[in-house]
Amino acid sequence: MKKLVLMMLCLLPLMAVAQTSEEKGLEIAVEADKRDMGFGDVSSSLTMTLKNANGNTSIRKMRSKTLEVQGDGDKGLTIFDKPADVKGTAFLSFTHVLEADDQWLYLPALKRVKRISSKNKSGPFMGSEFAFEDLSSREVEKYKYLYLNDDAVGGEDAFVIEVRPNYKYSGYTRSVVWISKTTYQPLKINYYDRKNSLLKTMVATGYKQYLGKYWRPDEMNMVNHQTKKETLLEFSDYKFQTGLKSRDFSKASLKRAR
Amino acid sequence: MHRFERYFSEWVIRYRLPIIIINLLVVIAAGSGLKLLGFNTDYRVFFGEDNPDLIAFNALEATYSKSDNVFILVAPKKSDIFQPPVLSIVEELTELSWQMPFSRRVDSLQNFQNTYAEEDDLVVENLYENVDELSVADVKRVKKVALADPLLFKRLVSEEGLVTAVNVTIEFPGVDRKAELGAVISYSRGMIDEFKTKYPDVDFYVTGVTFLNNAFVEAGERDVKSLVPLSFLAMIILLFILLKSVSAVFGVMLVIILSVVTAMGIGGYLGIALTPASISSVQMIMVLAVASSVHMLVSFLFGLQHKDTKLHALSESLRVNIQPIVLTSLTTMVGFLGMNFSEVPPFHDLGNLVAMGLCASLCLSLTFLPALMSFLPVHVKVEEDPGVGYLAGIAAFVIKRQNIVLVVMSGVVLVSAYCATFNQPEERFLKYFDTSMQFRVDTDFATENLGGLYQLMYAVPAGSPGGISRPEYLKNLDLFNDWIKSQPEVINTYVLTDTMRRLNKNMHGDEESWYVLPESRELAAQYLLLYEMSLPYGLDLNNQVNVDKSETRLIATMVELSNVELLNFEKRVQAWYGKNMPEFMNTQGTGTLMMFAHVPDKNIKGMLYGSILALFIISMILIVALRSLKVGLISLAPNLVPLTIGFGLWGLLYVEVNMALAVVVSMTLGIVVDDTVHFLSKYLRAKREKGYDSEQAITYAFTHVGKALVVSTVVLMIGFGVLMTSPFALNSDMAMLTTWIICLALIVDFLLLPVLLLRFDKDEK
Repeated sequence: MKKLVLMMLCLLPLMAVAQTSEEKGLEIAVEADKRDMGFGDVSSSLTMTLKNANGNTSIRKMRSKTLEVQGDGDKGLTIFDKPADVKGTAFLSFTHVLEADDQWLYLPALKRVKRISSKNKSGPFMGSEFAFEDLSSREVEKYKYLYLNDDAVGGEDAFVIEVRPNYKYSGYTRSVVWISKTTYQPLKINYYDRKNSLLKTMVATGYKQYLGKYWRPDEMNMVNHQTKKETLLEFSDYKFQTGLKSRDFSKASLKRAR
Repeated sequence: MHRFERYFSEWVIRYRLPIIIINLLVVIAAGSGLKLLGFNTDYRVFFGEDNPDLIAFNALEATYSKSDNVFILVAPKKSDIFQPPVLSIVEELTELSWQMPFSRRVDSLQNFQNTYAEEDDLVVENLYENVDELSVADVKRVKKVALADPLLFKRLVSEEGLVTAVNVTIEFPGVDRKAELGAVISYSRGMIDEFKTKYPDVDFYVTGVTFLNNAFVEAGERDVKSLVPLSFLAMIILLFILLKSVSAVFGVMLVIILSVVTAMGIGGYLGIALTPASISSVQMIMVLAVASSVHMLVSFLFGLQHKDTKLHALSESLRVNIQPIVLTSLTTMVGFLGMNFSEVPPFHDLGNLVAMGLCASLCLSLTFLPALMSFLPVHVKVEEDPGVGYLAGIAAFVIKRQNIVLVVMSGVVLVSAYCATFNQPEERFLKYFDTSMQFRVDTDFATENLGGLYQLMYAVPAGSPGGISRPEYLKNLDLFNDWIKSQPEVINTYVLTDTMRRLNKNMHGDEESWYVLPESRELAAQYLLLYEMSLPYGLDLNNQVNVDKSETRLIATMVELSNVELLNFEKRVQAWYGKNMPEFMNTQGTGTLMMFAHVPDKNIKGMLYGSILALFIISMILIVALRSLKVGLISLAPNLVPLTIGFGLWGLLYVEVNMALAVVVSMTLGIVVDDTVHFLSKYLRAKREKGYDSEQAITYAFTHVGKALVVSTVVLMIGFGVLMTSPFALNSDMAMLTTWIICLALIVDFLLLPVLLLRFDKDEK
């Protein structure tokens, strides 16, 4: 008994220093969040190419604006340009950490703004392989983290961490994220569905630095392993800190958005 | 020829040890392919790769979601489904179904995406959640929606609200199909069993395409596990009665086993995947191998009974049997190879496997069997055969009453030929499984209460990307939907316009008067976008709309239909469509039902060619082997008459002819010709070697080969009789008709053939 106590006492300082995998995972997430903090607002153009198992494709075009919100999820505004019959449709969302997002859609054909009341973050964005939750900002509090190991993606060193959503209605049990050691941006994400089978893999490429600080990808490609469908998102014309304000992200702003 | 037979039979006895070893080595080499032999777990194997209906169906599935599904029915015993305990069960089932391996999507009453307006909000949510918190008013609301919304009513909720269903869409990765299927089946069954114990007041049933596939596998496995051992046992008992020698029975059984192993092993190397239809090849090889090796052993034992030495008796039996055994094996093989003309690939496999098995058993019974017997101790009692007297009696009767026999037989043939025209090619693929299979019981329940596996799909093109939002398209689609829904065969439809109407209503404060289609393309497109953006995980629109929105899919759930009724229905659809729909929207029904619908005609046509070709080749073989054109032509009659009577009887009793029965012609042709061959070769031998006249030759044939014919007929009838008990109709029906024909063949050979010989093979002197 005495021996055991002695041993425990010897181990105590070690235990205090050794970092658990949970702590290391969280640390990486916090660092990633810190590095991206303060971008203020960003806008970009997007081309979305959907591809089904047959290889048939369909292209959608839109513009997106994001406003950074401290202490909660960001606000986003998406204006659709293509296909022509949805041109001018605008989508406003206030993402939240643990509650359902607030979402509005302006339908130009109806000339009305409709609030969408739905708990859905797990649903597909515009019929693509990206779910809303894949595209919204990654606040630290949204997930629980677990550091797994180090790895490399396309020659770039990365931390591999497992991320479990805290949101009850998430479509995933977990995802595994490869975070670049240099940019702290995700290079690759494996998503596991509700029965914990591999569902999708997202690969982000062409990261460029803006304002000397913020990294954004040129392309994100999502492959659904179960349905063999794919969605490619191509970003262009990133503009940071263009002076967007909260009032640019209001219900009233939707109708003006062109 | 005679010199060859003598040389060969002596050679076999001289080199008997090397022969045994070489045979075993060859069998081991071939048999090592057994490990490659697997079960095909997809019912689509019943359609050739170039089958246009299969191609259309696969294309449809690649565009929309897969049709593999598990369909679970919930039927409370004493109430309707709108009771909190039942609703709670449905919620629990829905939740657990998301955990089913390879599940892609779960649709139930509970997670039905109900949309409604709340001031200026569009609410999209599960129809209900957390049953404990539901008020009486909530339950009422659920009931109202369930019995009104066309997306639920008669689709997931039965007409009176007594039965509801949870539909799980499965997307198999297709890496290890058998294991994947097994995982889904065992998960579903485990879940259902648990629910059954937990909720004794509720009945649960499970069906769906996944269970259909599994039923095919299980039917095959049941045949292997119960019918094969049963056939084997029957053969052993039968052989003991016939041969009364342990060694002889042992020898024959070894030949059977080695033949089966060889054929199946080579099948494995050829990449044949078994199906319940082709698995019956195991039994057929067994039965046919017995029939041919019995001839060998009967002569051998006969020699021993007459105090011949063992080795001499063996080589003598070999000598006299080489020709008939080679001939009958060859003709039987031709008949089975004729199955390659079938439209249904598993029957190619069946025919080829049996042909390979026969080839193996031919080689084995001519080399391995005599070589083996020479090493085994054989004891026989000397006794006279009592059967010969009866056979001579039949011969005398036929010769004396030949005119009456001819008239009666001709009458029977004519009536049969007439009755045979009653037969209708019909496929009801769910009826392939008999009610001893749970799948059939559950599926019947589903069909009666909700409509189950009988679905027709129409992919309706809109002409251009995004075109499905055009008012003209939606209006026409709606028109088509109204029409098809009003047809008596259609239970329910699943169509985009129902969603469109509902959204339009929701967008206008849920006012009933707005339950109409949107008038502009932009509006429709934007509704769709809105709806698409509101759907949760897994419940996207892709099961209805293709990727560039240039086509939608209408699914019609049908009442039970035979292929004939279905083709008539489709003809009506096309006629209506041609008259009322614009050309760019042209479409054709696809789906499992449709695939089965077109098979019978093509199959029958194919098998007609196959059977005629087989008949031609077999007749040629007979003419050459018997060295007589006239006798060869006479042999056509006893080969064709049993088939005619058999199909006549079927037309009188059953009428419905499925795909398996079309291949019976070619198959039985090869089998029944054996009797004719044996009879005719003895008949000709008597005439040519012994100089008998026709009457004497007929009596000679009766007394010398009659018993063997009766014996082999009994063997075949018992063998196929066992197969008749298969739970799989393609096997049991085929076996029944085959059994009849084999029995009829013996009768015809004993009655009609002698009469024809007397009439047309008159003595020259």
